[in-house]
Amino acid sequence: MPKRSARTRSADTVAISPEAVASRLAASRYLADESLATAIFLAIRLGKPLLLEGAPGVGKTEAAKAIAELLGRDLVRLQCYEGIDAAHALYEWNYQRQLLAIRHAGEHEVDIYDDRFLIARPLLQVLKAPEKRVLLVDEIDRSDHEFEALLLEFLSDFQISIPERGTIRAKSQPIVILTSNRTRELAEALRRRCVYHWITYPDAEREAAIIMLRASDVANATARAVASAVRDIRARPLAKPPGIAEAVEWANAATILEKGGSPWPEAFRRAIGVLIKDEEDLSYIAPELGRIVEEALA
Amino acid sequence: MTRNVNDPFSPFTGRRCPEGADEGQRQPRMSAPPRLPASSPRERKESLPRAAAPLLGFGRLLRRYGFPVAPEQVSGFMQAVTLLGPRSMADIHEAALATLAPPPDRRDEFEAHFQSHFYGNTAAVVEGEADEETRIKDDGGACDEENEVARQAEGGALSSGAEQLSARDFQRDGDGLAAFRRKLATALPARRSFRTVRTNARGKLDLRRSLREIVSADGDIPSPLLRRRQTVPRKLLLLIDVSGSMKLYTSDYLKLAHAAVQGADRAEIFTFGTRLTRITTALRIRDRDQALARVAALVDDWDGGTRMGPTLLAFLSVPRFSAFARGAAVVILSDALERGDHAELEMAMRRLSARAFRLSLATPLAGDPRFQPATAALRAILPVLDDLVDGSSIAVVSDFILSLARPAPAAAAIWKRVS
Repeated sequence: MPKRSARTRSADTVAISPEAVASRLAASRYLADESLATAIFLAIRLGKPLLLEGAPGVGKTEAAKAIAELLGRDLVRLQCYEGIDAAHALYEWNYQRQLLAIRHAGEHEVDIYDDRFLIARPLLQVLKAPEKRVLLVDEIDRSDHEFEALLLEFLSDFQISIPERGTIRAKSQPIVILTSNRTRELAEALRRRCVYHWITYPDAEREAAIIMLRASDVANATARAVASAVRDIRARPLAKPPGIAEAVEWANAATILEKGGSPWPEAFRRAIGVLIKDEEDLSYIAPELGRIVEEALA
Repeated sequence: MTRNVNDPFSPFTGRRCPEGADEGQRQPRMSAPPRLPASSPRERKESLPRAAAPLLGFGRLLRRYGFPVAPEQVSGFMQAVTLLGPRSMADIHEAALATLAPPPDRRDEFEAHFQSHFYGNTAAVVEGEADEETRIKDDGGACDEENEVARQAEGGALSSGAEQLSARDFQRDGDGLAAFRRKLATALPARRSFRTVRTNARGKLDLRRSLREIVSADGDIPSPLLRRRQTVPRKLLLLIDVSGSMKLYTSDYLKLAHAAVQGADRAEIFTFGTRLTRITTALRIRDRDQALARVAALVDDWDGGTRMGPTLLAFLSVPRFSAFARGAAVVILSDALERGDHAELEMAMRRLSARAFRLSLATPLAGDPRFQPATAALRAILPVLDDLVDGSSIAVVSDFILSLARPAPAAAAIWKRVS
């Protein structure tokens, strides 16, 4: 793929300063605040993994995608879950093909530990081409402690040992992003190896800008109203506070309804289903919704 | 786990080692990436540039207040500051946040230390949150020295509370808790895990492993290997009421909780009164007296009022706490005497029961044979409870917890029959 390699940029030329990182991220449609841009800049330049924590829906995974785009690299995503193990994260042998090869070879010698039979899982994929790929380990708090330990080993040496093949090392330091919803505390050792950033919900102004960027049809005034209403709603004790994606959807949906003939405050109220997706929260917020929207529109 | 156990001592580790030794170890790492101004490699062995001293000092300060800060984090901090310029204090601040990684719930405290260290602004007091909100205290981080000192000075009620706990310990023993602890690991309700285990019988064909065997045997087919889904014990969540009305029972409950933490694979213990406090880490200390003494120091709302609804809602509002309740056996040890409006309690219980595998309320009042769930609060939450049982002694509660795996009719059905 010659085209891709031309696009691929060396990490240091992209990360000149936190401001440069922020403007590059904005070009790939991700608006980062100053301290996130600094954290990304530091992670790239110090060659450490970046650990992003925050409530669900604040844009952790989006940030990782934007970083991959900023560097012009492919994003390799490893979604964690309870019970994830080495065969899903590192590598596996293709046993069926090995068997066939043995059958096929008959009397001849055949190397069944050849590259053809090796299935590279995300960590190995990144290790093989660190200058072309960015690794995203998503929702690491869902995995078990054993997997965290395995990851720790990978992150400190960037190497994988395959008993049949020997040790594979990364030629250069891969860029790794970890995200966590903080449903449990991560191991201290993992935290301290990383550059850390706690992502909060953006302020109303930035959120309005994000909405404008993500939903092109939405008018400026609508975006501002949505951002301020959502901010108000998040301050309440909801079971599931709306994330940024929901806010974008809400603005979109309200705009569509408005074009279909609903007047303004009404359009917001009817579109509430895309913002709040919990029956209890809905009934909790319903009586106040009118006032919240009025205030936001004012 | 071990780190947590060592936590109480962490405030001192920063001081115990001589200042110089600490820097000396860090040297080799500093030499690789960007250098701080004016230092030849030989010089660097002896001393850091003067400008770096406050940065080192900040790491030490944080360690003294119980933030877990590793030497490599401090060197990362210094590298980051160098990389950023630093053009202003804001750069140093950002670098500190990114590399020293203060836990989000201690962020305010971190900011206060930053202010006092770099600006000399000691007026920025650590504590100071609106009292309206239900306070949540998590013992995950080490408890800071300042609080400890304040508590000592306060004397009176709190410290005597601690004495009481340890004094009672000697009076009663042989309360069957050792047996409870042994049995607990296997007695908790189980669920099927996503993981599989190797087995010799009753399982599905383990294709991957069988094929590997075949490959290593060069195509010969040995007997097939089997694998089946593992069963793992569910999580146990105990919520203990420490308000004044439960005064007689709290210390018993805490002993039970200690045994539960020691015995179960995954147990979490919280206390609630007017605030919510997570005490699991304190209870992980093996020695019971020591563990309970730590708990006594940790909980701020002994023998006060109850705000059961708001505290339970506060519990649910912290994602990692409420995630723990999901699929767990939840046992609330409380008399559920909620003053005033019980709408919040009802909402909290409904949400909790939607998450929990089984939601039980053990109340000491039910020890009385004439007991009826007659209060407005109890009547309101009865439909969402799986069990409403007697909680008047260690023996009945521990027997109940050991029986959680066995199915039982819903609480509402049982109490309707009785009345």
